[in-house]
Amino acid sequence: MNGEKSIQIKSSASALYNNLSVLRIAPRCLTYFTVVHANVVNMVSASWDGLNFSHRQLQSKEGNIAASSSLIMQASWCVLPSRELLVLTSQKGIQMYESDGSIMVYWHALDNPETPTVTLPKTQTFIERISSGSVLVFDIPSKGSNVMLSEVLEEHRDAVTDMASECSGSLEYMADLVTADDSGLLCVWKSGEDFQLLHKIPGFDVSCSSVKLWKGTVAAGYGTGQIRIYEAVTGIVHAEVNAHARWIYSLDIAPFSGLLLSGAEDSLVRVWHLTMNPDANSVEVEHLYSECITDTQICGAKFCDGDGYAFAVTGYDLSEIIRYTQA
Amino acid sequence: CERSCLPMHFIHIWQMSLFLRLTLESKLNSSFIFFMNDIITTMFNKKFLDELFKPQELYSKKALRTVFDRLAHASIMRLNQASMDKLYDLMTMAFKYQVLLCPRPKDILLVSFNHMDAIRDFVRDTPSILSQVDETYRQLIEMYTPLSGGEFQLIRQTLLIFFQDMHIRVSIFLKDKVQNSNGRFVLPTSGPVPFGTQIPGLIRMFSCSGDEVKRVQFRSAGNYSSALREGSFEMYGERVIKLGTNMYSVSRPVETHMSGASKNSAQHTKVSTAPNPLAKEELNLLARLMGGLEVRKPANPDSRFRVNLFATDEEEEEALISRPDELSYEVINIQATKDQQANAELARIMGEFTEQEEPSASPSSKGDDLLAMMDGLC
Repeated sequence: MNGEKSIQIKSSASALYNNLSVLRIAPRCLTYFTVVHANVVNMVSASWDGLNFSHRQLQSKEGNIAASSSLIMQASWCVLPSRELLVLTSQKGIQMYESDGSIMVYWHALDNPETPTVTLPKTQTFIERISSGSVLVFDIPSKGSNVMLSEVLEEHRDAVTDMASECSGSLEYMADLVTADDSGLLCVWKSGEDFQLLHKIPGFDVSCSSVKLWKGTVAAGYGTGQIRIYEAVTGIVHAEVNAHARWIYSLDIAPFSGLLLSGAEDSLVRVWHLTMNPDANSVEVEHLYSECITDTQICGAKFCDGDGYAFAVTGYDLSEIIRYTQA
Repeated sequence: CERSCLPMHFIHIWQMSLFLRLTLESKLNSSFIFFMNDIITTMFNKKFLDELFKPQELYSKKALRTVFDRLAHASIMRLNQASMDKLYDLMTMAFKYQVLLCPRPKDILLVSFNHMDAIRDFVRDTPSILSQVDETYRQLIEMYTPLSGGEFQLIRQTLLIFFQDMHIRVSIFLKDKVQNSNGRFVLPTSGPVPFGTQIPGLIRMFSCSGDEVKRVQFRSAGNYSSALREGSFEMYGERVIKLGTNMYSVSRPVETHMSGASKNSAQHTKVSTAPNPLAKEELNLLARLMGGLEVRKPANPDSRFRVNLFATDEEEEEALISRPDELSYEVINIQATKDQQANAELARIMGEFTEQEEPSASPSSKGDDLLAMMDGLC
């Protein structure tokens, strides 16, 4: 891997799970990055020729207008069929913006000032409230701000830490969504008029901080530094990896190549390869390489493209996004 | 208790313990130790602790600094602004170090117990104070031991937001290679893995019936060894983790001042693998500042002590020289605590904080504080 030019951000990254979100905008040859710092979201857009960068900062809000000091727990892009939204979740509420952060589309107050996170599948946004473990499902119109809360999923008893939707692009897999919580419990869902719980994969009293769903397979990262690969619908364990010496903060999968990226407090980013053996109903995991960001606890690691040709990393107290590309 | 308030408990406990242990271990003289009992009584006063354990919002950095200043003034004596700033910076960086290097988030509680153990050790012969300290243990145990690893991680993350962007260089940290010249702490990639974690390197793959079909070792980078046993979360017990432990390792001689020669010999006998190198630096500073300390017991049974401070720090010497004659021997009253006075003082202290933290007309004012602090640090 080559270390490429880092992108400077206006303020350093906070120690939050999955603290990096990447949106690739092919028609404009741009990639957007967001990194959370306390109550502020740093947005950078980087042109693919590496020449132009532009920065924007968004602050958490209370209601539609008032700037707030409440801490932002996650900022991520939700890619819908007709639009992309930037969703920030803070202790006070959820804010949805147009993808460049220019206009706020929707604001939703949360009764409980806790720490939700957000992800997004094909047609809807999921936001969960960590304290109660509930998952909120919103319907997003293709245009405009008529966002509606459509369902609340109540299956987790512990705080929900991360969620992931099926990212292979294929419709052949039954599971659409997996949600993870602080006890390590994973819930696997099928979307529809109402969401259907397909399976509960029990935890072992260790927090699952990051989760991904690809080709019906769940990749989960835990506080013990372990990565586990499961079959989503049945909960069968395909593989266990003693991956890191500290708490895992971020996982990502490159859907076109099956590359898996993990970042942890032990300063390491590791790249793995997942190989599906559908005949044997097994998955092989291979370690490809690791990068060490010296003296840094990694809090975000994401591929910049679907092939995993490049990935980006953030770390606590670091005011830059470090990028790597395949040699 | 709201989750947001929990991190402050740790900062307060650590602050209190730091002050106490700094002054205890500087071994100034025996009557000063007698005086220290009163300080500990104050800090572990039931009312103060009840206030401490009440739900409260995460303090702004400004408010936390105010708490520090008040504790300092109650426990030591009036130091000049520059010295206070320096001591505060040292303390803050030490706390950041301890939070950052905790192997597991739950170890933050063990670190706090290390702090508490040192305090308790000092007061073990005074039952009345000991019982107050024990009460604090009980409250910590009751409040924190039920929390999960994930909840502790949230507390730790909140503390890390508080310490974010602070890169003050501490000379003893730099010398001991605990901190880089850019102010960032060295994160070791070797040593025992945290309790509950496996040494990285193994991939196990299973068939759909659950049998292990393949295992592969990958090259891990880093040089880790097996986890040590878990520390105790009880009132008494071996904590195992070294962060927050007594300032000196067992074999290091206790020194009241650091001359070049004695410091070198101390280095040779240093045994602890995770020392608190901050201690020497702090004591250096404190010893210089308190150099001419003289404690005079009052002639009458009134429990007031008077402390003369002759500053020896260069800056303070200069200040003294330039200070008008009538102020050059400033007698600073340190009130030994009678319960009522203590309660009133503490209530006043707490009252002031409450006033500072009252929700004001504009809901974002507290946030402005935090923001302003963070902006100032960026």
